[in-house]
Amino acid sequence: VSAQSTAARPRRRSAPDRTGAVERAVRLVLLALIVAIVVYPMISVVSTSLSSQAEVSKSGGLVFFPLHPTLSAYVSIFRGGIVTRALVISVLLTLVGTALSLAVTAAMAYGLSRRSVVFSRPILRLVILALLVSPGIIPSYLLVKQLRLLDTYASLVLPNLVVAFNLIVLRNFFMNIPTEILESAHIDGAGDFGIFVRIVLPLSKGVMAVIALFYAVSYWNAFFNALLYLNNTTMWPLALILRLYVVQGTALPAGGVSTDNGVPPPVQSLEMAMVVVALVPILLVYPFLQRYFTRGVLTGAVKG
Amino acid sequence: MQDDRSAGLSSALTALDERRKGPQTAPAQRPTRRGKLSLAQRIRRDWVMLLLILPGLLFFVVFQYLPLLGNIVAFENYLPFVGFINSPWVGWDNFAAVFTDPSVWQAIANTLILFGLQLVLFFPAPIALALLLNSLAGETVKRFVQSVIYLPHFIGWVIIVSICQQILGGGGVLPHLLGAIGLPQVNLMTSPGAFKWLLVGQVVWKDSGWGTIIFLAALLNIDPTLYEAARVDGAGRARQLWHVTLPGITGIIILLLILRLGTVLTVGFEQIILQRDNVGPAAGEVLDTWVYFHGLAGGQWGEATAVGLVKLIVGAALIVGANRVAHLFGQDGLYR
Repeated sequence: VSAQSTAARPRRRSAPDRTGAVERAVRLVLLALIVAIVVYPMISVVSTSLSSQAEVSKSGGLVFFPLHPTLSAYVSIFRGGIVTRALVISVLLTLVGTALSLAVTAAMAYGLSRRSVVFSRPILRLVILALLVSPGIIPSYLLVKQLRLLDTYASLVLPNLVVAFNLIVLRNFFMNIPTEILESAHIDGAGDFGIFVRIVLPLSKGVMAVIALFYAVSYWNAFFNALLYLNNTTMWPLALILRLYVVQGTALPAGGVSTDNGVPPPVQSLEMAMVVVALVPILLVYPFLQRYFTRGVLTGAVKG
Repeated sequence: MQDDRSAGLSSALTALDERRKGPQTAPAQRPTRRGKLSLAQRIRRDWVMLLLILPGLLFFVVFQYLPLLGNIVAFENYLPFVGFINSPWVGWDNFAAVFTDPSVWQAIANTLILFGLQLVLFFPAPIALALLLNSLAGETVKRFVQSVIYLPHFIGWVIIVSICQQILGGGGVLPHLLGAIGLPQVNLMTSPGAFKWLLVGQVVWKDSGWGTIIFLAALLNIDPTLYEAARVDGAGRARQLWHVTLPGITGIIILLLILRLGTVLTVGFEQIILQRDNVGPAAGEVLDTWVYFHGLAGGQWGEATAVGLVKLIVGAALIVGANRVAHLFGQDGLYR
């Protein structure tokens, strides 16, 4: 598909000697190694979460392949309540937050995509300056406190509602939509809002999906805002629960885990089951969106 | 995160660039009438667009610019129950206290060392990886490897640190393996000497794949006829790499390098805050975590805000300076 691959083909033919083959083999081994380094931790996390105490202690904490897989760790964490509640909170927060962020970002990006719009240039400068100057932890905290948003879910959404980078990517994409299309719609009597909803958005599904993924992932993974703004631990999202019980190693309270037969699942399995619960949504969504990255949706702006 | 920001900045550069190139995509009927319309008429014409901009604009004003006022606390003896409007004014006292505090200098030293390590070990990783991917002839293998190595970028720091603890921490795989072959069971997660290397290793794992995107795009933009010409002139693989490939991506490398220099004082907040307690402040404190632990957690509001403000100003100055350097190198930088 790419110009590079066609350029590479004759090069390969012109070097049929052994050094070329060795070089290629070394390259493939190197890539296989890199892929293994990326994939191994994820596989073993899943495996450990499915393992029994005997297997966990035999392997030293992380099982590569469970011989007798058991779901008891998952049964425990989901029956206990804490993880289930955090999971529900995280899912809702991610869905609502992503929808709001995407709507506000897309609307603003479209509003700024036509250079003739009054005030669009100073507003664009304001956005770009925001990439360079971030307000800082304490001023942000004081603002959220002043707005009386402490201990509300709004404090996890509003302070990061629009990411300037996402806004600029969307705006650049909207600007590259051929003017003829927009103008013919205009002649057909469509207003600015009609053009946005019926023409611009349907033409931008790919880039919108990518931006939605960026927002969803950042809402899903965020823990610091919750740590800062939510004193009420029953409101905590999954990432922060993970920090408390896995990273900091706090023991799950008796009410947080329950067991069938009195033999609790190994701590490692419980912890890794929590990690898997946090990891799976990302792994599920990613395959549908990764093709857009290799297609260069994001780098349209970079001309080298 | 870092590379998102860099990519964002280079997009920003293009956004401002358009002014110089002139409008090529704006609807044609509008600019022609532009000069004749009064401001009120233009607002009436564009009211739908302005309404669409409004929620986002409100966000930027309220949550990006309004908090800057909170930096007043840096000049106050801030008392949370009195509020920052009525807290007593202390002038430059907080700054004086901060710069005589050895823990601040420790944090600055850690920040700079970590930045240096990242610059040497992390910055070149995506470039090398992109060159390796680019040298593959088969599209299928390339696509597959790309989809795998982009993935870690989307995994949150909490998850990565959790996994690291299972592999490298006490009772984890690495100590287990070391013990099995008779070596001392080192716990990398809690060893202060290894901490900065650990942090860099985690960043390399998470983001070197993602970082290749921008370089792969630049590599695709190299004119294939240049390679042909080089081959005709008898250049082998190595010489093609040196004389065609590398010059083709020098511009983007310099741009990203300069952008990175502009963020010397920011070295990965979430990642470090999760692990700083494993090794204590002497090895693990950086400026951002100092602000958090001393300010929000420790109640030294004024001092912490002072550190944050200095960081903000130095950071802005570094970006302006980096931009000047970019111009010296004949690059556009962020703006001209």
